[in-house]
Amino acid sequence: MSLRERLASGGFAVTAEISPPRGASTDPIAKLAEHLRDWVDAVNITDNQGSNVRLSSWAGSLAAMAAGLEPVMQMTCRDRNRIALQSDLLGASALGIRNVLVMTGDHPKFGDHPGAKPVFDLDSVQLLWTLRTMRDEHMLLSGRTLNPPPDCFLGAVENPSAPPLPFRAERLGKKVAAGAQFVQTQFVFDVAAFGEWMAQVRDIGLHEQCYILPGVGAVRSRRALDFMRDKVPGVHVPDDVYRRLRAVPEDQIAKEGARLAAQTVQRLAEIEGVAGVHLLVAGNEQAVAGILDEAGVRTNKAGVRTNGVRTNEAGEHGR
Amino acid sequence: MAYRLQRVLRPNAGWNRLSAGVQASAAARRLFTGAERQTKQELFGCRMCGQCALPVTGYVCPMGCPKELRNGPCGGVGADGSCEVYPELRCVWVEAYERAASQGRAADLRLLHRPIDNRRWGESSWLNYWQGRDEGLWVDAAGAAKEGPRQANDGEDKVQQ
Repeated sequence: MSLRERLASGGFAVTAEISPPRGASTDPIAKLAEHLRDWVDAVNITDNQGSNVRLSSWAGSLAAMAAGLEPVMQMTCRDRNRIALQSDLLGASALGIRNVLVMTGDHPKFGDHPGAKPVFDLDSVQLLWTLRTMRDEHMLLSGRTLNPPPDCFLGAVENPSAPPLPFRAERLGKKVAAGAQFVQTQFVFDVAAFGEWMAQVRDIGLHEQCYILPGVGAVRSRRALDFMRDKVPGVHVPDDVYRRLRAVPEDQIAKEGARLAAQTVQRLAEIEGVAGVHLLVAGNEQAVAGILDEAGVRTNKAGVRTNGVRTNEAGEHGR
Repeated sequence: MAYRLQRVLRPNAGWNRLSAGVQASAAARRLFTGAERQTKQELFGCRMCGQCALPVTGYVCPMGCPKELRNGPCGGVGADGSCEVYPELRCVWVEAYERAASQGRAADLRLLHRPIDNRRWGESSWLNYWQGRDEGLWVDAAGAAKEGPRQANDGEDKVQQ
């Protein structure tokens, strides 16, 4: 069952994230696939994440497919102009990559080539709009026709906890109007704040127009916890979460972080309009099975996922 | 104040004739464009992209964003509203939202902005506006559902099908 089918069926979808290697081999992706294959519907392949050079997202997506994973090819506006972006979508679609996640991208200043020229020829809304037009109207941004058109399932990102807060649901609305069919969010540690954002999202009916997958991470060390709280813009780690993880000894933090992630998955699954979760565990892929198992999200041999929280025995949506 | 001026400056026959006259003479165009640059840089931090979005961005120039985002803020805005790239600056979209909301114009920010034409950098956006070259720079969600993101005036370039 593909990601699109899982979501369309009302099942609880799970995606995770892989950072491609810094090197000219796809072997590391094949190794990571072992931890993820039986647990997730699809895996995001990041596009030079954090503005650091890695193996390209389309090549990583092909490697993921070869390893038995369905890829979500991430596409940022940072490094390519409108010509290259459209060209890459055609190439990806021709080679069987179906899911494309569009984002603006980090500024080059934060990566390993801070002197690089930032492109940002299009922004994420404009790129979604362009890709949707390519698929549905069979037309490039220039007006030229395409034959055959690409086939793609378009995703966007949102950060519910970054200012201006009253505009964040509206901003998702713009992305949906431009063509987004699913959205994955930045880390959610503050479930209550996420719930407030979801209420705004439901007020404008977006949960019925796109599938929403909040991002869940698992903190592994005190250093990572402090970094997450103080250094990652737009991520809010509430005090009770911070205190809970600080209170356990350093060698227990990874375990407690995974338990917290599992509980977060359960709480998010109960929010109306949440279609699944996106596990932001790049570098910690072996934690995925434990988190999902503890959260009660399971897959049987026939590929039917049951979720202790939301689905009944027939695998139907519990709502 | 800027919103009142917006009504006065709306395209009409007078502005159209005046701008056509300015457009026709290289010297007048230079003078006019220079004056626009001076005023708008001073007032709004204008970058002279030549296709002005100010009327629907709370009169905060989106091109002042390090990523030149025309459709709203990125996800990296600091909790205090600071820019992720240059933390000593405020996010232009936080500023835009506050100013637009204070004037009852927050709904403007829902409009979808088409990609800009990078050939127009340095041109006078007032002349482009009065001459109708700026038409369809943005569209509402219903419009975006029907139309592609291509600018209507791209037709000038005679793309061959």
